Amino acid sequence: MAWFKREKKRIDQPTPPDERRVKTEGLWTKCENCRTTVWKKDLEANWRVCPKCQHHFRLSATQRLELLLDSRWVEHDAALASSDPLHFTDTRPYAARLKDARKKLGMADAIITAEGLLGGRSVMCCSMEFNFIGGSMGAVVGEKVTRAIETAIARKFPLIIISCSGGARMMEGTISLMQLAKVSAALARLDEVRLPFISVLTDPTTGGVTASYAMLGDINIAEPGALIGFAGPRVIEQTIRQKLPKGFQTAEFLLEHGFLDAVVHRKDLKTYISSALDFFLA
Amino acid sequence: MKRDHRSEEIEKLEREVEDLRRLAGPEEPSGELDRLRTEVLQLRREFYEHLGAWQRTLLARHSQRPYMMDYVRLLFEDFHELHGDRAYGEDPAMIAGFAKYHGRPVVVIGQQKGRDTKQRVALNFGQAKPEGYRKALRVMHMAAKFGRPILTFVDTPGAYPGLDAEERGQAEAIARNLREMARLPVPIVVTITGEGGSGGALAIAVGDRVNMLENSIYSVISPEGCASILWRDPAKAEVAAEALRITARDLRELGIIDEIIPEPEGGAHLDHEVSAALLDRVLDRSLRDLLALTPAALLEGRYNKFRRMGQFFEAIRT
Repeated sequence: MAWFKREKKRIDQPTPPDERRVKTEGLWTKCENCRTTVWKKDLEANWRVCPKCQHHFRLSATQRLELLLDSRWVEHDAALASSDPLHFTDTRPYAARLKDARKKLGMADAIITAEGLLGGRSVMCCSMEFNFIGGSMGAVVGEKVTRAIETAIARKFPLIIISCSGGARMMEGTISLMQLAKVSAALARLDEVRLPFISVLTDPTTGGVTASYAMLGDINIAEPGALIGFAGPRVIEQTIRQKLPKGFQTAEFLLEHGFLDAVVHRKDLKTYISSALDFFLA
Repeated sequence: MKRDHRSEEIEKLEREVEDLRRLAGPEEPSGELDRLRTEVLQLRREFYEHLGAWQRTLLARHSQRPYMMDYVRLLFEDFHELHGDRAYGEDPAMIAGFAKYHGRPVVVIGQQKGRDTKQRVALNFGQAKPEGYRKALRVMHMAAKFGRPILTFVDTPGAYPGLDAEERGQAEAIARNLREMARLPVPIVVTITGEGGSGGALAIAVGDRVNMLENSIYSVISPEGCASILWRDPAKAEVAAEALRITARDLRELGIIDEIIPEPEGGAHLDHEVSAALLDRVLDRSLRDLLALTPAALLEGRYNKFRRMGQFFEAIRT
């Protein structure tokens, strides 16, 4: 018999391998622009703007509302979802793509429309979600924006739309195209009753969204470096068979060519919009 | 392709019937032959009625298809073209002008493609630039000012996707047209005559009536473009054309267009005069209907027409 005895009980379950390492995964991130390693919490605290080079990372639709609205907001038409009118299938059924996006993001389509307060003033605010099928506009996005405009008219609220979209949604064919006309017609009515519309263009805003509401603001503003255009850069390169100049289709390029009122840093966005609303409504 | 095979078969049958007739001579009783001939005609009609989306795309792009200026020549008198957008330049791909239609002063607007390479290059393949859309809007405002109806003819692969077009605000030009056309207090009749290519088509297609020629197409993206993005294979254009539902019949079912204008059997390119006459009937009726309405009723109707588009929703819980 041994003259010493094990005091503690043997550990019978070894530590699972993923717990053995110190978890540093996800604490740091690399800036897409200047390649600096940034502590993620710093980035989040800075509204996802790189502290070193001021590169603006993409925000989700919800983060956008958090950035601009005073506190809570009331979402409209949250349950409105596409019924896949064309029964469209490419390499995967559109219905399956919708299902995945809904599950991943917990929203029914690519936009949140909400009423809330901005600088103490009631506004209708629409915020697009790029991660939902490229922020594309089908019947649901078109309908929700139109309803938001109609609500703004009925309740005499100013309108703010934050665009972030690849354009019209191909999987709903010509129905998507018609949404451009539908929303623009509603904006004509908003214009008639002299309610302000501020269009905020963020990275990226292209195709049918640029060619309808995004360009129709009383004031059009964009975030630094945002890609904004009608045709995508690849399509243009194929058409003209040459490389595009550096900085082509950026917010700064549009400002230079006269299509934006200002390029506004994310940290100043809320103050800028608030001052604009003061100008329009005070 | 199955359909091409069938069209060859029909042609072969037609030739055989003709041969039989010649063999039979003039004094032979022709009852049996007539029966055969009607059968072949029936087959032909069925064939053209059931053309697929891709076949119709090819017809819509046919180089001999009547273009806007053919219709102007055949249906309008005293046409005078108006040039320039008063801001940057003149875009030959978009034609605007005033004319008389059944004696009535109207404004006509539309894209123009070319028939041969030289013309096509000069007209930029019917792809308008911002100055083209701005010229169209300038002339439409003029029509509204003097209370003249607007007739537009849409036939374009799309707005020009080039560097200069982007610099001058292609998106802004299109967007502005969409908003302004929604509130022009005069009748607007739109006819899609060939290719209705996305935003570049829609920018002159917000109207009180939107009619489409039987073999024209109207789409958010070209079948080739859609195939290369979603299928990552441009060769899938045929499949994409079907999936996008771009034919006149599909769009009538989806509530996007009002009327389908019939074409001569086999396509509008086979007989420009008959095509124009068929278009004339629908165009004239559409315009007369609208002229009976007050400007307020027109605008209300136009708003509601587009407001209703795409009511395909369900409620879900997320």
